[in-house]
This record gives sequence, structure tokens and C-alpha cells, in this order.
Amino acid sequence: MNQKKKMVLVGNGMAGIRTVEHVLKLAPEAYEITVFGAEPYPNYNRIMLSSVLAGGADMKEIVINDLAWYEENHINLHLGDEVVRLDTDKRKVVSASGVEAEYDALILATGSNPFILPIPGARKDGVIGFRNIKDCELMMEASRKHKKAAVIGGGLLGLEAARGLLNLGMDVTVVHIHPYLMERQLDEPASRMLQHELEAQGMKFLMQKQTASIYGGRRAEGLEFADGSRLEADLVVMAVGIKPNIELAKEAGLNVARGIIVNDYLETSAPGVYAVGECAEHRGIAYGLVAPLYEQGSVLAKRLAGVETAAYEGSVTSTKLKVSGVDVFSAGYFNDAPGTRSLRLQDELEGTYRKIVLQDDRLIGAVLFGDTTDGPSLFAKIKSGESVAGKEKELLLGFTPGQAGAGASSPNARLAAMADDEIICGCNGVTKGTIVEAVKGGCSSVGEIKACTKASGSCGGCKPLVEGLLHLYAEGDVKAVKEGICGCTPLGRDEIVASIKEMGLKSVREVMNVLEWREPEGCSKCRPALNYYLGMLWPAEYVDEKESRFANERYHANIQKDGTFSVVPRIYGGVTSPAELKRIAAVAEKYQVPMVKFTGGQRLDLLGVKKEDLPKMWEELDMPSGHAYGKALRTVKTCVGSTFCRFGTQDSISMGIQLEKTFERLNTPGKVKLAVSGCPRNCAEATIKDLGVVAIDGGWEIYVGGNGGVKVRAADLLCVVKTEDEVVEWTAAFLQHYREQASWNERTAQWVERVGLDAIKAVLEQADERKALAERIQDTLSRTTDPWKEIIENQELRKNFEPLRDVQLQNS
Amino acid sequence: MITKIQVARLDDIDRLGSRTVFVEGKEVAIFRLSDGSVHAIENRCPHKGGKLSEGMVCGAAVHCPLHDWKINLRSGRVQEPDHGEVTVYETEVDEATGAIYISL
Repeated sequence: MNQKKKMVLVGNGMAGIRTVEHVLKLAPEAYEITVFGAEPYPNYNRIMLSSVLAGGADMKEIVINDLAWYEENHINLHLGDEVVRLDTDKRKVVSASGVEAEYDALILATGSNPFILPIPGARKDGVIGFRNIKDCELMMEASRKHKKAAVIGGGLLGLEAARGLLNLGMDVTVVHIHPYLMERQLDEPASRMLQHELEAQGMKFLMQKQTASIYGGRRAEGLEFADGSRLEADLVVMAVGIKPNIELAKEAGLNVARGIIVNDYLETSAPGVYAVGECAEHRGIAYGLVAPLYEQGSVLAKRLAGVETAAYEGSVTSTKLKVSGVDVFSAGYFNDAPGTRSLRLQDELEGTYRKIVLQDDRLIGAVLFGDTTDGPSLFAKIKSGESVAGKEKELLLGFTPGQAGAGASSPNARLAAMADDEIICGCNGVTKGTIVEAVKGGCSSVGEIKACTKASGSCGGCKPLVEGLLHLYAEGDVKAVKEGICGCTPLGRDEIVASIKEMGLKSVREVMNVLEWREPEGCSKCRPALNYYLGMLWPAEYVDEKESRFANERYHANIQKDGTFSVVPRIYGGVTSPAELKRIAAVAEKYQVPMVKFTGGQRLDLLGVKKEDLPKMWEELDMPSGHAYGKALRTVKTCVGSTFCRFGTQDSISMGIQLEKTFERLNTPGKVKLAVSGCPRNCAEATIKDLGVVAIDGGWEIYVGGNGGVKVRAADLLCVVKTEDEVVEWTAAFLQHYREQASWNERTAQWVERVGLDAIKAVLEQADERKALAERIQDTLSRTTDPWKEIIENQELRKNFEPLRDVQLQNS
Repeated sequence: MITKIQVARLDDIDRLGSRTVFVEGKEVAIFRLSDGSVHAIENRCPHKGGKLSEGMVCGAAVHCPLHDWKINLRSGRVQEPDHGEVTVYETEVDEATGAIYISL
């Protein structure tokens, strides 16, 4: 007599489905589940719509549970079919298309609707809310044809919509009725700092303006305010608030106020009917943020699964503004109500603001702007209501005054000190305790933690914290878990290179076999690494394995997002000639290359080239490959130098060309960029290069380990030499030492940071070491050939650029 | 009715490599694994449309060159932690001639 009970969920959004997920975990066989959703999409993360709009995520990435999940869990799903009638006597619901579903337990999770101001013109085209995928699509469409956007509402949602529209290239003005922004989460000083920051990003603001009407023809053309002024706008986004969607419940006779009234167990006034999420009103509050909805869902799920649970007593909320690169955190009661005392720290130099609000000896609210790292721990104290007497200054400053170096108290120490019930992932309501449990239970990567707990699966802002917890609590004790070069092996780079040398291993396959790889054919991380180490160690015998190289290096061209490629021929030292330019232009025209662009490396890039045209273009260009795609020497940038420049001390151009000709085609652990400047003004920016040469009076300075990319690093001075030959000698030695010592995929900057300049100097300052290194690099260099030429002349290699033809039809 | 089309010969495709062919308007990527087997899939990663033919073949999976999604060449399924699948076309190799056929 184990007949399943029937559960019906009205609403396919985050709160409702999270509850169902929870029930499935606790009592997978208890219910036959039916879900009705008004929108045509599977369950998606509404919070991430801001990220989609701002360009950080794709529509597909925000789906939480795809259609396969519903099938796997035997859930009857009705998409695009809103429930229109609820009959509490007969205990059934009826949908718009006429589907009827009976229930033993009914969960109302109808969410909210954006509140549309009841003003003239609110129904014109171009007036939308910011609630669902359709709204996002309308905004993207509008941005393609129109220029001006107005967002009514300077709260959390309005500002996120505004950031998204700015990203789409629109001219955005935020209209707010209050004198300052986000007044529900921030106090005035923090709000002013926020406005300042957003204005710097290009957002415009009209404060204390009440919108009286929207004017225009069929389509909105602008807003008219109560004071008579106007604002032109082709797109109007209403972000003034949300209204719980209670129509269905109301018509069925349930108790409603602002939302559907529920008790501490999420029960409504009708037996067997529950409500959860934004549509529910609990102790007078209908929540609009996600963490409370998950807390509600958790209590409801346990109830429905027959598991003991404490009552839901309401949520203390915290918010974090996650779009716009602005860090803002707010929790609890942050305004100065009578009976409260507050401590404030405003640092206009750093652009930070911190405020904590105390009542008696408890923390009841906090606002952080600029640096929100302490948000979770402050929030935990607000929730727990513990006494903070004596610790007020510490809370305000983020560390105990007088504690040496405590301002930079290690993130690890902070993580370790966090209580288990502190929320790490606000988007999904995941506590530290849950994550630690997952790590101790065997999750050994952020991805696995994400799969088990959902932490970092939404906006991703908590990823550093999750990583920190992973390293802190993974089995492996105080030290970080020993990680091999990839998931296929626990062996590190040094062990692998040593083994290859000792055992004379000569192919990628052999290494993986002998060193007992977990995956017999490795993965996209280790195969190229092994291929590199083997080539580096055995320049004479090893035959490069192109199948273990990334696409770019296989095709000797840079793959673009649409599957076309870019062609960058070698232009030594950034110096070309009219004849060369004419040849490049002729080829570009003949093959109708969509874009010709100068690169940062002082050469030309032909973009949008079809793979099958590559060998032909190379042939007609008749120039060597510029290796713009590889872990190899990229370019040697130069400034004009003494050839023409009135400041030039040395001939940087010949030096640069000589270096580029000498070291081109060299395989290196990471790409290598060089530059030569003809005087200390350093117009070739040599000091952010892997190796940079700066001419001085009577000599050359050589700098190493610089990087102008994601993490900028100024190069360190390696040595000063007198002659061009010495420059070549030291460059050879440094590059070879780097090739032999660094890990694959490690740039010189990372390597120098890791081993220290002194250690490198100690080796290179010995003349015989330099000589030996230079000999080894010469051996390698003498065996390189131009890959473009090689492919043009070898049909076996050339065939891989061509699609297969001669498709013959043969009926079976 | 099943149609069998000859798309290539074994020696057109390098081991651990792939070639592409257009069949009925769709681009199909044909892979030759280290064990000699041949697999054909739709040449489009379910993530952002990356060309799987340009990916690295590791065992029975190809790693998409754009964002390293791993697609099993036998089942067409995307490996954890990502989700999705690509169309798989049945292939047949004529041992004698080396001709490769795919079935539509």
C-alpha cells in the first residue's frame, strides 16, 4: 500500500524547485510530482539575468535544472501553461490549457510580478519590467535599435538593470524618487559613494523625481515628471518594486494580505496548501531576496518529507551588489533608530566605508562599501545575536587594533574562524558547514563542490572563499592538497621531468604508461605539457606530436570564436616595407579577409580567415609564420632608436631584429614577448616583457620576468652588458634556463616570482653556465623550420586544413 | 530508409585527429581514435558552438577547443560537471578498402 502521494507545484521558479529538490533528497519515493510553469523555460536562475544582461553569462548557463533533470526525476512538467484555477474543495488545479491535476500537497510558488506604475503610458511599447528572460531579450533588442534608456527605480534591481543596459551600449539614466540610492539597504554616506562610483561608470541619475506619465506614440518616447520636467527615453524599465503574485490564491479564498499568508511551517489557510518564496508572506514580510526563500523551502521540504524541522522564524537578510564591479554589502538594521549606536569608518582615499549598528551589546546591522570581505562574518553575528561587547572596534576595523600585521589577517585565518552556519554562497544559501562536509566527504575541486552543494554555481562571487575552504579542509592537512599537473596524475612537474630524463622516455604515450596515468590518453592539460617537456629534453630525437597540441598550434593560426582563424606573418622588429605591405594587402583582398588589424606586437593580423584558405594564403604571402598562436617567441617590439630618434642612445631596431631572428620558432613553457628600447625613456615598454632590453649610454640593461597582461608585473633587472653579442648571449641563457626549469603554461613572470630572481642570477652569472645553456638552445634552434612552409610543401600535413570532399551516396 | 554515405577513407584521417564533412547542410566531424575506431558527431559544441573537430582527442572523448567541454565520441554526451549532448552518426569502416561510411 505504498501509493505515492500527489504533489503539485504551481510555479517553476527558484524557490519552488529548490523545495522539490530538497524533498527528492529526503523522500525520493514519497510523491508523484507535477509542476506547472507560466514561462516556457526550464528552471533558471533569475538572479543571473543581471549577469546575462551585463554580458557575463549566457542564457543557457543560467538554467539550473534542464529538461533532462525533470525526466530523470519523473516530474510531470507543464511549461508555458499557467495554473488559472485552484479548487480547494476538490483539491485540484486547472491550467490555462485545461490540464487538471489533483493534489495531496499543493505548493504555491507563483513568485512576484514587477510592479508597473499605474501612470498614463505604462502600456506603451518599450515599457518593460526586469524580471524574466523575455524582458532581457526585449532589452537586448531595444539596444540594437535605440539609444536612450530610463530605469525607474534606484534600488537593487534598477541599478543592476542599468548596468546591464550600459553594457549593451545604451545611454542610461536612473530615476529615483528618494534623495539617495538603495535607501533600503544603504545609509546616505554609503549610497553617495555608490552613486559616485556608478557615475564614473557612465550611469546618469535623476534623484527625487516622481514619474507622472510616459509620453510618446505607440512606443514610449520619454518620461514626464511631477515637476513638469522631461527625460527622453526609447526604453523604460520599471524597477520600482515587485508585487507578490497572489491572484490564484485570492480567488480560491485563501488568506492573503500583500502576499499569501503562511505560518511558521509555510502552511496557508487551506489544508494541504503551502506557499513558498516571493509570493508568501510570513510574519508580515514578503521577501524579495533569495536566501530567505531557500530557508523557507528547506523547512517546507522537511515538513513534506515527514522529517523533523524547527519552525521557520523569518530571515535576517543581507544583500551584496554583485554587478558593476562595485562591492556593497548590507545586513540587518543599518539606520540609526533610537536606542541604537553606530560606529562609522569612511576612507575617502581608499573609497571604502564601513558602518556597524549596535543595540545594547549586540550587532544588529552593518553596511560595507568598497571592501565587503567581512560581510559574511558580520552577518553571522547579526543572526546569532551573540554579545559583541568589547569587540566593537575590531568589528569596525576588521581586525584587532594593535595586532601586528593584522590588517592583512590571512584569508585562511578568517575562513578557519568562521562559524559553520555562516553563509558562504548567498545566491544558493550554502553554509560553510555544508561545504566543509562536502570537502571532507571527498570533493576535491570547486567543480565537485559546486556539483554537490551548488555553492559558486550562480554568480560565482564566492569562488575564492570556496577555494579557500577547499584548501583549508581537504585531507592533506595543513599543507595544500598535493596536486599533480592535472587530474590524471598526482605527480608534479619536477618529478615528471626527472623521470623522463632518468628513464629515457621518448613519447607522450610512453610517459603516461610508465608513470601510471589515471587516464590512458591524458587530458587537454597534460598532453601538451608532456609534449613540451619531451621536446625540450630531446631536441634531436623527439618528433613533435601535433595531436597533443592545442588547435592554434596545430593549425599555426589563432582560432576565433566562430571557427575562422587569424594569420599573423612575421614582421621582424615591427619594421616592414612598401613591398611587403603591398603583398599583405594583395592577399587580404584576394581572400576577402574581413579584418586587417595591427597587433600589440607591432605587426599585422588578418582576421576571419577560413581554415581551408590558410595554406594558400601562406603560400602567397611568402612570409614566415609570426607564431602569434603559440607558446613560443611572439615578437620583439622596438622603438625607433638611434636610427632616427633624437633621443636614441643605441640602435634598438637592429638589436630587436637580431633577437627576433635568432630566437623565433623556439618552443617555450609559456609565450614569450620581448622588446628593445633605444634609451631609458623605454618607448618599447621593455619593462613589462618577459625579457626586455633597455639601451643606456655605452651599454644595455636586460630586464626579465615582466608581464603586461592580467596580472601586471614590472620586470626585474638581470644584468647590464656592453655589447649586442652579450645581449644575445644572456638572452639565450635566460630563455634556455626558463625552458628547462619552468612548468608548462608558466609565464616567466610567474616563474621568476616562484623561484626568485636571485636563484636565477646565481646560475646565469656563471659564464660557463651561460655557455652551456646557449649551446643547448642553439642545438634546439638549429632544428626548427618554418611551420607554414612545412605545411605548404607536405600534402600529408596540408590535408588537415581541407574539409573532406567527394561524398558518395550509396544506399544500403 | 537509412542512407549510407561514404565520407572518407581511413588514411584521410590522422590517428587522434579529425576531418570535417558537410552532410545535408550540417557539418560533421569524423574522428579516428588510437584504437582504430572511427566516430562521427555533429561538429558543434552544445555550449557555445565551438568546432569539436579542432579539439584534442583524449581516449574516447574530445575536448572542445573553446572552453574545454568534454564530449564522449561514442555516446555524444557531455561529461560532468557540464551537461548536454551532440548528435552521433553511426559509422562503418570497410576493412578491405578503408572506406568510411556514415548512416543517416
